[in-house]
Amino acid sequence: MATPYQERKLRDPALNPGDQPYFDAAAEGKLMLKKCRDCGEYHHYPRGLCPHCFSDKVEWVQAKGTGEIYTYSVTRRGGPVPYCIAYVTLDEGVKMMTNIVDCDLDTIRIGQKVKVVFRKTEGGASVPMFALAS
Amino acid sequence: MSIKGKACIVGAYEHPLRKAPDKSVAQIHAEVAKGALEDAGLKKDDIDGYFCAGDAPGANVWSMANYMNLKLRHVDSTDMGGCSYLVHVAHAAQAIAAGKCNIALVTLAGRPNSEGSSGTQVRDRGVNLPDAPYEMPYSPVTVNLYAMVAMRHMHEYGTTSEQLAWVKVAASHHAQHNPNAMLRNLVTVEEVVNSPMISDPLHRLDCCVVSDGGGAVIVARPEIAKKLKRPLVKITGAGETTKGQMGGKVDLSYSGAVWTGPRAFEEAGIKPSDIKYASIYDSFTITVVMQIEDLGFCKKGEGGKFVADGNLISGSGKFPFNTDGGGLCNNHPANRGGMTKIIEAVRQLRGEAHPKVQVKNCDLALAHGTGGALGHRHGSATLIMERE
Repeated sequence: MATPYQERKLRDPALNPGDQPYFDAAAEGKLMLKKCRDCGEYHHYPRGLCPHCFSDKVEWVQAKGTGEIYTYSVTRRGGPVPYCIAYVTLDEGVKMMTNIVDCDLDTIRIGQKVKVVFRKTEGGASVPMFALAS
Repeated sequence: MSIKGKACIVGAYEHPLRKAPDKSVAQIHAEVAKGALEDAGLKKDDIDGYFCAGDAPGANVWSMANYMNLKLRHVDSTDMGGCSYLVHVAHAAQAIAAGKCNIALVTLAGRPNSEGSSGTQVRDRGVNLPDAPYEMPYSPVTVNLYAMVAMRHMHEYGTTSEQLAWVKVAASHHAQHNPNAMLRNLVTVEEVVNSPMISDPLHRLDCCVVSDGGGAVIVARPEIAKKLKRPLVKITGAGETTKGQMGGKVDLSYSGAVWTGPRAFEEAGIKPSDIKYASIYDSFTITVVMQIEDLGFCKKGEGGKFVADGNLISGSGKFPFNTDGGGLCNNHPANRGGMTKIIEAVRQLRGEAHPKVQVKNCDLALAHGTGGALGHRHGSATLIMERE
C-alpha cells in the first residue's frame, strides 16, 4: 500500500512586520534564516531580537537548503488529502516545521536526507517544503 | 513563600453532560460553579476570588463574573490552555496565602462536541502571532503536533504502539464504572492498534474524546475549610512553566514537566514514589507516557514499558491513574482536560471515587496537565494535594 503525495490548498501566511523578506526570498527559491552577529547563533522562526542572547543585531542569511528529518507524521484523516508534517534539522543546526512532499508518504522515515523545494499558498506566497534528497 | 498547607480544595464538581447543545457556555460555567458551591457547603456571595481561562466567554474574567454577579477582590484569567485550572488552583493558594482573598472559585466550560470541533482541524489562533506565518501553511493540527512527539519517542526509545495502547486500555477499565463517561466499553490493545490511523503513529483510540461539559473547584483558607463538613484536601506543592521550540533548537523528547515536577515535589517535601494516585493529562496516549517519565515516575525512555500490561489500572496496577476514565474515555470539556484531572484527584483523596477504582488509603495525590501542544508550544502545570 502506498500513499502518493497530493497537492492541497495551503493557508496563506498572515505576515507581521518583519516577515516579508523571508517570503520574498522564498519566491526566488531561497530559504532564509536569521543569524545573530553578536553570539553567532542561527535561529528559526525569524525574529527581530536573537532568542539566544537578545541582541538586535540579527541578519538574514541564506540557508543551504539541506537537512534531515527529525520527526514527522502523515495525517490521514480530517483533510481532503493525506499530508506529511515534519520538523527538519537544517545543516545549519536549527529545526524548522515543514511538510515533506513529492514522494510516497509511507516511505518517509526519521533521519532521511532532504532538500528544500517551494510550494505556493492559495494567495500565491511561496513557502519552503522538503523533498527526499536522493 | 511556599503555598504548602496555605489553602484547601473545599468544593469540586464535574458537569454530568457530555453533549449540551441547548445550554450556553456561560450557563455551564455557572452550573458548575453552583455545583462546586453546593459540594463545599458555601454560598455564591462567599466567593471573593474568581479564576477562569480562555474557555470563558470573551476570554476575560468580567463576562462570567458579571453573569454570575460575583463580588470580587481578586481575579486571575491566566490562560495556559488545558492546564490553566491547575495553574489557577496554585495561584489561588498564593493569593490566599498573601491575604488577597479567602474563597476562590475556578470554572471551566465548553461545548466543542456540539460545535463540531475536531483535533484534525486547523484552528484559527488569533492575530499578531509571530510563529503563525512559519507554521500555518503546513497545517499543524492538534493530533499531528502530538503524533510527531510520539514518532520521535518511538525512534529514540523504542516505544511501541502496543505500549501506548495500554494507556487507553487502562482508561477504559476505569471508565466502565463511570456512568457519565462518554466511552464506557472496555477496549483491548488489539482494538486500539487496529483502530483507524489518524496521524502516524496515533490511532483513533490513542486520541481523547471531544465533549461538552465543564467543572469547577473552590479553594479556601484552611481555617474556613476546617469549618466545612468535607474531608480536608490541602494543596502542598505546585509548579508551572512553558516550553517551546527554543529558537529552533527543538527537542521533542521531553515536556515542561521536567521542570514543574521537581518544583512541586520539593515544595510538598515528597518524592514521586510517595504519590498514591495520579491524574495525568491524557489528550493522547503519548501525552501520558511523556509526562510519567518527565515527572520522574520512571526513567526517561522507559514510559512505554511502565504503562504496559495494566500497570495504570487501579486495583491491579502499581500506578493507578485517571480513575474517572480521563480524557481518553470520560470527558474533555472545552478541549481542556486540566479541571477534570483536579476533580478526580479530589475524589480519590476524599475516598469518594467509585468503589471499584478507589485507591486504598489515598492520602497523597498529584495532578498534572499540559496546555497547547507538545509538538510546538505548551504549558505545563503540576499540583500536589494531601488529605489531612
